[in-house]
Amino acid sequence: MHAEVELSLNFDIKGRNFSKAGTISTKIKEILQELGIPMSIIRRTAIAAYEAEMNVVMYADKAQLTLCLTPAGISIIINDEGPGIEDIKQAMEEGFSTATDEIREMGFGAGMGLPNIKKNSDKMKISSIPGKGTSLDIFFNLSKVSEQ
Amino acid sequence: MSQYLHFIRVDTDKCEGRMQCMRVCPTQAIRVRKNKATIIEEKCIDCGECINACPSNAIIPLTDPFGELTKFRHTVAIPSPALYAQFGHKIMPDKILNGLKKLGFDDAFDLAPSCGEVSFAIQEFLREHKGPKPMISNACPTIVRLIQVKYPSLINHLTPLDIPREIAGREIKKKKSKRYGLKEKEIGTFYITPCPAKMISIKQPAGKQKSYLDGAISISDIYGPLLSAMENVENESYNKSLENLCILGMGWAMVGGICRTLRLKNSLAVSGLTETIKVFDDIEKGKLKHIDYIEAYSCPQGCVGGSLTVENLYISYNKILKIIEALEFQKIKACPDIQKVRKKYAQDYFFKKGKLEPRPLKPLNEDLAIAIKKRKEKEEIFASLPKIDCGACGSPTCMAFAEDVVKGEAKLTDCVIRKDK
Repeated sequence: MHAEVELSLNFDIKGRNFSKAGTISTKIKEILQELGIPMSIIRRTAIAAYEAEMNVVMYADKAQLTLCLTPAGISIIINDEGPGIEDIKQAMEEGFSTATDEIREMGFGAGMGLPNIKKNSDKMKISSIPGKGTSLDIFFNLSKVSEQ
Repeated sequence: MSQYLHFIRVDTDKCEGRMQCMRVCPTQAIRVRKNKATIIEEKCIDCGECINACPSNAIIPLTDPFGELTKFRHTVAIPSPALYAQFGHKIMPDKILNGLKKLGFDDAFDLAPSCGEVSFAIQEFLREHKGPKPMISNACPTIVRLIQVKYPSLINHLTPLDIPREIAGREIKKKKSKRYGLKEKEIGTFYITPCPAKMISIKQPAGKQKSYLDGAISISDIYGPLLSAMENVENESYNKSLENLCILGMGWAMVGGICRTLRLKNSLAVSGLTETIKVFDDIEKGKLKHIDYIEAYSCPQGCVGGSLTVENLYISYNKILKIIEALEFQKIKACPDIQKVRKKYAQDYFFKKGKLEPRPLKPLNEDLAIAIKKRKEKEEIFASLPKIDCGACGSPTCMAFAEDVVKGEAKLTDCVIRKDK
C-alpha cells in the first residue's frame, strides 16, 4: 500500500568542479536525517553517494543524480556523460585506478571508489559505454525499517 | 517542561523582531513570530551567535549572579584560561587569581595545570586508540551538542576523557572538604566562563549524571569588578610569573593550542561553526581517516572568542600565543609530571562516567511512509516559493519556511511575496 509514496529529486553534477564536490551527498544526508532513517544507513548512503559524486567530478563531463525514496529503500541513480569505463571488472578491483597524478595529489583516485560504493550499498549495478558514459544504480534497503 | 535546558533567553520587551539572530543561527533554531524571536529548543546548540548578533541586546545569556556565592561555606573561582587573555600583556595569571580572591572568593584555582594533565591524558589515549578516526575534542560543549544533534554518527569520535574544569571541580571538592571538614556540597565551585554554553554543560551535562561545578559567572560580568580589585594587587616580575605557568594548559584558551603544545603528529584544529561543519561533513564522508585528533571550537579562535569575553578575540589570541612562545623560548618546563599523569590515567582518573547519547532532531513523522510524503510536500511548497530567503515570513530561509508549513507551524499565506497560483 506504500508503493505509491515516492520522493524523487534530481541533482546536476559538473565534472571537474572540485570546489562544489561533495555538496550533493551532504544534501542527501540531510534529507535522510529529516526522515528519521537509522544512523548506520545514513552513514553508508552518504559515503557511497560521496564516492559516486567524486567519480563524476574526477572523470566525467557531467551527470544527473536521481535520489528516489520509498519506504522500501533509497535508490541513487547516476547517469554520466564522459569517457565511460573500458573494463568494469577491472575497475571494481580495489586499488585499480586510471586517475591522473594531479588527481592523486589531491588525495583522490586511490582506486577505492567503486569497491567502496559496493561495500556500503545493498545492491549495485553498473554499466558503461566507452566513449559515451557510465550508469550507476545503487540501492539501500529500508524494508526492515518500515516494518517497525 | 521542556526536555533540554538552554541558557539563552529572549527578552521579549527588548526584542524588536529585527531577525539578525534568525539569520546567523547555524542550526536554524530561531523563528520570528509576531515580531518576536523564539528559540526552537530541540535545535538550539547554545553557541551564542545570536547574543552577538542582536542589535537590541534582547538575547540574554543566563549565567549565575555573584550573589550565588553566599549559598556556600567555602567558594572557589576556577577561571577558564581565556580569562588570562582578557587583560594587557603585563597582567599575568597569578595577579588575576589574586584579584579574584579580593573579589570575595575564598580561593582561586589555576585551571591550566589540570588542562595540562588532560593534554597528556589525550596523548596517552591516542597512543592506545584503535577505534574510529579522527577523534574529536570534547572541550567545547557547543561542539558536543552539534554532534549530538546534527552528526549523531560521529558520537563515538568524541574523546571519552572528562574535561579539565570538571576534573578540577571534582578534586577541589574532595580536597577542600577534607581540609575544612565541610561537606562537598558546602564547597562552591564557580567556573569563570567565556561562553553561555559552559553553563548548560554545568546544569545539564551531556552524558553524565551531574557536574562538579556549582555555577558559572561570565567573564563579561566579572571583568569590571576584577579590574578594580587588581589595582591593589602587587605585580610579580614577568619572568617569575612565567615560571608558575603550565604551557600545556595555556593552549586550551585558543584553537590549535592543544595540538601545538602537545606536538601531536597528525592533528587538525578548526574554529567557528561554519568551518567546523565543513570538517565534520568531510569526516562523515570518510575523508579524514588519516587525521588522529581534531580540536574544534564553535567560537572563532577558540575560547578567547567566546561571546561573553571582553577583549577583541585576535588580541587575546595573540596574548596567549605570546605567553606560549615565551615559555617555549625560555624552555620553562612548568608542566605536570607525565609519570604521575600516566599513573592517574591507569586509575581511570581522567575518564568520564556515563555514556554520551545522540540527540537527533525529530523526523517529519515517526512513520517512514508519512515522513516521505511530508518531505515531498515540503519540496512542492518550496518550488512555489520565491527562494530569495528574505525572512519576512519569520523563517530563516524559504526551505525552512516550507518545512514549518509542512509541520503546521506556519501558514503558506505568511509568505508575503508568493502569489497564489
